[in-house]
Amino acid sequence: MNEQLTKNFYPGHATCAGCGIPAIVRHVLDEADDSVVVINATGCLEVTSTLYPYTAWKVPYIHNAFENAGATASGVETAYRILKKKKKIDKDIKFVIFAGDGGTYDIGLQSLSGMLERGHKVLYVNYDNEGYMNTGGQRSGATPYGANMTTTPASETDIGNKTFRKDLMEIVKGHHLEYLAQANVAYIEDLRKKTKKAFQALEKGPAFLLVLQPCTNVWKFPTSDYVKVGKLATETNFWPLYEIEKDNYKINLKIENPKPIEEYLKTQRRFKHLLRPENQEVVNYIQENINQRWNKLLKKAECQF
Amino acid sequence: MEIEHPVQHKKEKAMDTGNWRNHYPVVDESKCIACGNCVKYCPEACIFLDDSEKAEASKSGKVAKIDLEFCKGCGVCAQVCPVNAISMRTEEGGNNNETKSKKDKEKTN
Ligand code: SF4
Ligand code: SF4
Repeated sequence: MNEQLTKNFYPGHATCAGCGIPAIVRHVLDEADDSVVVINATGCLEVTSTLYPYTAWKVPYIHNAFENAGATASGVETAYRILKKKKKIDKDIKFVIFAGDGGTYDIGLQSLSGMLERGHKVLYVNYDNEGYMNTGGQRSGATPYGANMTTTPASETDIGNKTFRKDLMEIVKGHHLEYLAQANVAYIEDLRKKTKKAFQALEKGPAFLLVLQPCTNVWKFPTSDYVKVGKLATETNFWPLYEIEKDNYKINLKIENPKPIEEYLKTQRRFKHLLRPENQEVVNYIQENINQRWNKLLKKAECQF
Repeated sequence: MEIEHPVQHKKEKAMDTGNWRNHYPVVDESKCIACGNCVKYCPEACIFLDDSEKAEASKSGKVAKIDLEFCKGCGVCAQVCPVNAISMRTEEGGNNNETKSKKDKEKTN
């Protein structure tokens, strides 16, 4: 057993074998210097870590419905600030939300927005596995173009999901945050650096981390491969690593020769149908979209304020 | 104000995820360079770098040690090791004695 990494979140949880979510949770919490309170929206992490009578959490933990992690965190953080002011608590406490993409991009978006707008000092960590995985793989606002999901099934004549992922980073950025970043569980050192910065930014207001979490179960790849698939997402520029500090973009890893998106698509059976010759155009379309987004990001990173 | 929490972390109530496994990882200590990759990425945090005396014989004085109690046999550790020091072996007839999780051992003893 790794003593350090299991200090806040213990094993014996029911995440699928080869799931990256526990690694995200452990490394994020390991960067906190103070005590933490975890606020967790319904999702894979919640259902697998809190199977009664067991809890994998060794830190105070509040479970929320899908839609209100942001609202709960706002209330708890406000109560803490008041109690601190009245000198009824002297401990320094950090508040961390963990939520999936369903609880962030879709159902919890309004309460996240409210929390950010009011400036509550909470770190919001979205582990993004691009769909509603714990209920069997329905599409969400984070599902990529062309993915075969249960609510957007691919067939002989259908390519599956026909929308591009919502640009959540831009939505969150619109709330004037001190710090937000896009990270990837396959790059743990980068994730930890960003977490550290995010915790520091909490002095001024909320911080946000969007972390890619390759899902062995619904993306359909071997249980051993979450790191490999995650790395390919960044190496193809599908999931660039970048951060936005006081409105300034910074790309954390520039890939010299980005791999073609096929390299990424072919590792997962949710994209299998796209590799048929008649769907080559769809793959080209996805590649074009990636190139465009990457070029825009480069431009954004060029202008500094 | 002391509040009694209705559910507290109690290790003995943890799910016996060691039982999920049909493969188990084995570290070749002569190959391990103690880079820590497997430690970082193991989803169950089963792995630690051992720097006790026993490990001194290895190249860097440290070596990856795997505690199989909660190991689900996913194979991530073997996949991320840069020097292929970890190999996955098949459990024969379910969990064998060598790798059996603690709870299972108690049941049979
Ligand atoms: S097989 Fe999976 S759970 Fe077991 S030690 Fe390796 S990474 Fe951890
Ligand atoms: S990844 Fe391989 S070399 Fe690195 S610590 Fe683990 S076993 Fe050793």
